[in-house]
Amino acid sequence: MPEYRLRVNDELRTVQVDADTPLLWVLRDELGLTGTKFGCGGGYCRACAVQIDGAPGFSCRLRVADVGARRITTIEGLSPDRSHPLQRAWIAEDVPQCGYCQSGQIVSAAALLDRNPDPSADEIDAWMSPNLCRCGTYNRIRRAIQRAAREGTRDEAGSEDA
Amino acid sequence: MPERGLSRRHFLEVSGGVGVGLVLSFALPGGPAAARKTAPPGTQELNAWIRIGTDDTVEFFVSQLEMGQGVFTSVPMLIAEELEVDWQRVRAQQAPADDRFGRQRTGGSASIRRGFDEFRRVGAAAREMLIAAAGEAWSVPRSECRARQGVVIHEPTGRQLRYGELAARAAALPAPTDPPLKPRSEFRIVGRRVPRLDTPAKTDGSAQYGMDVQMDGLRVALVERPPTLGAKLASFDASAALAVEGVERVVEIPSGVAVVARTTWPAMKGREQLRVKWNPGDGANVSDESIDAQCRAAIGRTRLARDDGDVDQALAGAASTVEAVYEFPYLAHAAMEPMNCTAHVRDGECEIWVPTQTQSGTRAAAVKITGLAPEQVAVHPTYMGGGFGRRSATDFVEDAVHLSKSVGAPVKVVYSREDDMRAGYYRPAGTSEFTGGLAADGTPIAWRHRMATPSIMRQKGWTLSDDIDGVVVEGARNLPYAIPNLRVGWAEVELPISTHWWRSVGSSHNAYVTECFFDELCRAGGVDPVEGRLALLDGHPRHQRVLRVAAERAGWGTSLPEGRTRGVAVHECFGSFVAQVAEVTVGKNGRPRVHRVVCAIDCGDVVNPDTIEAQMEGAIAFGLSAALHGRVHFAAGRVTSANFDRYPLLRIREMPRVETHIVTSGDPLGGVGEPGTPPIAPAVCNALLALTGKPVRRLPITPVG
Repeated sequence: MPEYRLRVNDELRTVQVDADTPLLWVLRDELGLTGTKFGCGGGYCRACAVQIDGAPGFSCRLRVADVGARRITTIEGLSPDRSHPLQRAWIAEDVPQCGYCQSGQIVSAAALLDRNPDPSADEIDAWMSPNLCRCGTYNRIRRAIQRAAREGTRDEAGSEDA
Repeated sequence: MPERGLSRRHFLEVSGGVGVGLVLSFALPGGPAAARKTAPPGTQELNAWIRIGTDDTVEFFVSQLEMGQGVFTSVPMLIAEELEVDWQRVRAQQAPADDRFGRQRTGGSASIRRGFDEFRRVGAAAREMLIAAAGEAWSVPRSECRARQGVVIHEPTGRQLRYGELAARAAALPAPTDPPLKPRSEFRIVGRRVPRLDTPAKTDGSAQYGMDVQMDGLRVALVERPPTLGAKLASFDASAALAVEGVERVVEIPSGVAVVARTTWPAMKGREQLRVKWNPGDGANVSDESIDAQCRAAIGRTRLARDDGDVDQALAGAASTVEAVYEFPYLAHAAMEPMNCTAHVRDGECEIWVPTQTQSGTRAAAVKITGLAPEQVAVHPTYMGGGFGRRSATDFVEDAVHLSKSVGAPVKVVYSREDDMRAGYYRPAGTSEFTGGLAADGTPIAWRHRMATPSIMRQKGWTLSDDIDGVVVEGARNLPYAIPNLRVGWAEVELPISTHWWRSVGSSHNAYVTECFFDELCRAGGVDPVEGRLALLDGHPRHQRVLRVAAERAGWGTSLPEGRTRGVAVHECFGSFVAQVAEVTVGKNGRPRVHRVVCAIDCGDVVNPDTIEAQMEGAIAFGLSAALHGRVHFAAGRVTSANFDRYPLLRIREMPRVETHIVTSGDPLGGVGEPGTPPIAPAVCNALLALTGKPVRRLPITPVG
């Protein structure tokens, strides 16, 4: 099987997998990064969201052979200690219910705040609509993003360190 | 979440049951789990364990399983309240399958309403034992000792001993069978907004779901199941699948043909390469149209579920009548985590890691397949990525156990989203036909409701009392309105599609049809929907109270911007009463948009108000998702809505603002997980009726215009 060098959470990782293996399964099965979730496999729910060069992407729809040198950030890479402003806001608002979609929600929201540090409710809705939450935590997600925008600063997050 | 193995600490373990003796056990440092674990004769329904470490840590084993509903926090709150411990020191883990907990199943919105006293008794029993141990240590009467925040205080002298210091001595004492419970006025944890214990792990990816289970030698399997309803395996050719790198075995199991691989992707890819021939079964012609037609046709065969007064005579003498036929579709639970299970069957034992709503059902399924004794089957529940009733089934457990047995290694069975959506276990479809009669002043005097649905109970092999499926008529048969002539009939529709418990079960469709038809009667009679309901709810004060609160907080009767209307619905299920008022507009595309929902719930008492609010928000989203989008589609015996493109779920841009008002009544406790779901569909449809003048008689709602 071919070998791929991936830049995941600011570390270089080498994997030997089939070229058409989705990044999702490389992260989960090869690298043990199980925070990124399998929801639909079709790009409809974004439970599998990771940041690809800082933009939210569907890891279930990206073949490992197509990742190249792009920088991948997963929920595990967002901060080493739940200190990312969004993680703190998520805890303060007690957002999760079942929690399964929340890695994807937080990773997607982080990319939003990087672009727009003070998004309106409509801007949040537009950005976050690809992410499904079956438990219906949407109102708390909205509140948590606004709280993070209010209270957080990017400098406190750990993902930019390395 | 579930930590495996015991820490090397002294532990006091206490478990308690309903009105029976308590079980004590004591783990030696570094030793086996229990030195003296013997349940007294007649022990039943043991529901919680407490461990107190010599370092004062307090750990609870929670038998009720967390699927998002908050039970992993609310059960510990009840225990901790009576145990008198510092909440910050409380740790919890999910309990494995263990007979001492009695029947281990989480569902029916039952955990707190059934366990409110029981969980507190567990904590109180341990507290009394710790107090007794302190009295013994100081040689003073226990009446001079008091427990507070993890210490026992000898009040006359002010001496103190920590729980950790007392644990070993307490473990040797007899457990009280009827320990005193604190009066409500002294509650310090119950009733407060306590942050969920599971939230931190759900914000950094560390929470372990069934899908995340990893272990040495683990194999991953996907199963090719019958493509059409009732199809049977004829033959298969595995050669192409086995040629996929990473695929190790192709195995036939009762549910289909499994591709077993070293990791997930090869298993998925290998399955696509399988060549399987199927013999079509009895459902090969089922389609959306045939389902609707069968339900409609069955209406004429209803059996009486309720018959008050004389409906025929009242309808004949009514000043006016209203007729309507309502239709509702099959629905899928569509939990975000597709079904999965990991099993490891070895010589003389079977271990299972699974996101399940039932440790007992999981164990029973494994016992049946392996022939092992129950105590040889260990069940480790993981967090669930949603349940909604679906995970009380064990189809995925059976697949995993069969496969591990066959392969001789630990096997994780993974359902793809399509597998999950096609697996059955749906909320039943159905038809409801109404004829209502009004008096000259607009008061409803006759209500004839004939409904036709498949029978969940019959499909599960249960006995139907009076030939009526009590769960699918729930919420219709017990209509609360004082209509003197009221008849409800039910007809069974036989379809080869498996049905199951879906959040709020029969109430999910019966609240829709009855509350919408009630609004049709109000409109025909020229009566305000809130006033019309209140007028017929004498003797139902809890319905009236939530209805009044929701209407008042929503500003019922006050003006709204042009094009925006309100709709209301009230419903009782699982012991709780919920009223909702929805504010709705219709967009240019004809699609309804719900802007605001005011929700009032009376669940009797409150353990954690934040959890109740979260459950109302979630239940409204769940019900709204179904009302706007939900339908499992069939064509030529095949489910064609197998992913979220054809089975859309509610998205954040569609989520209304939700304002929840908790009405505490001092009445018996009701459930919280399900009762918020039924009222939203009729509240939204009734708002559309007010806006357009046209009733919404079919779900999901079709665009207006």
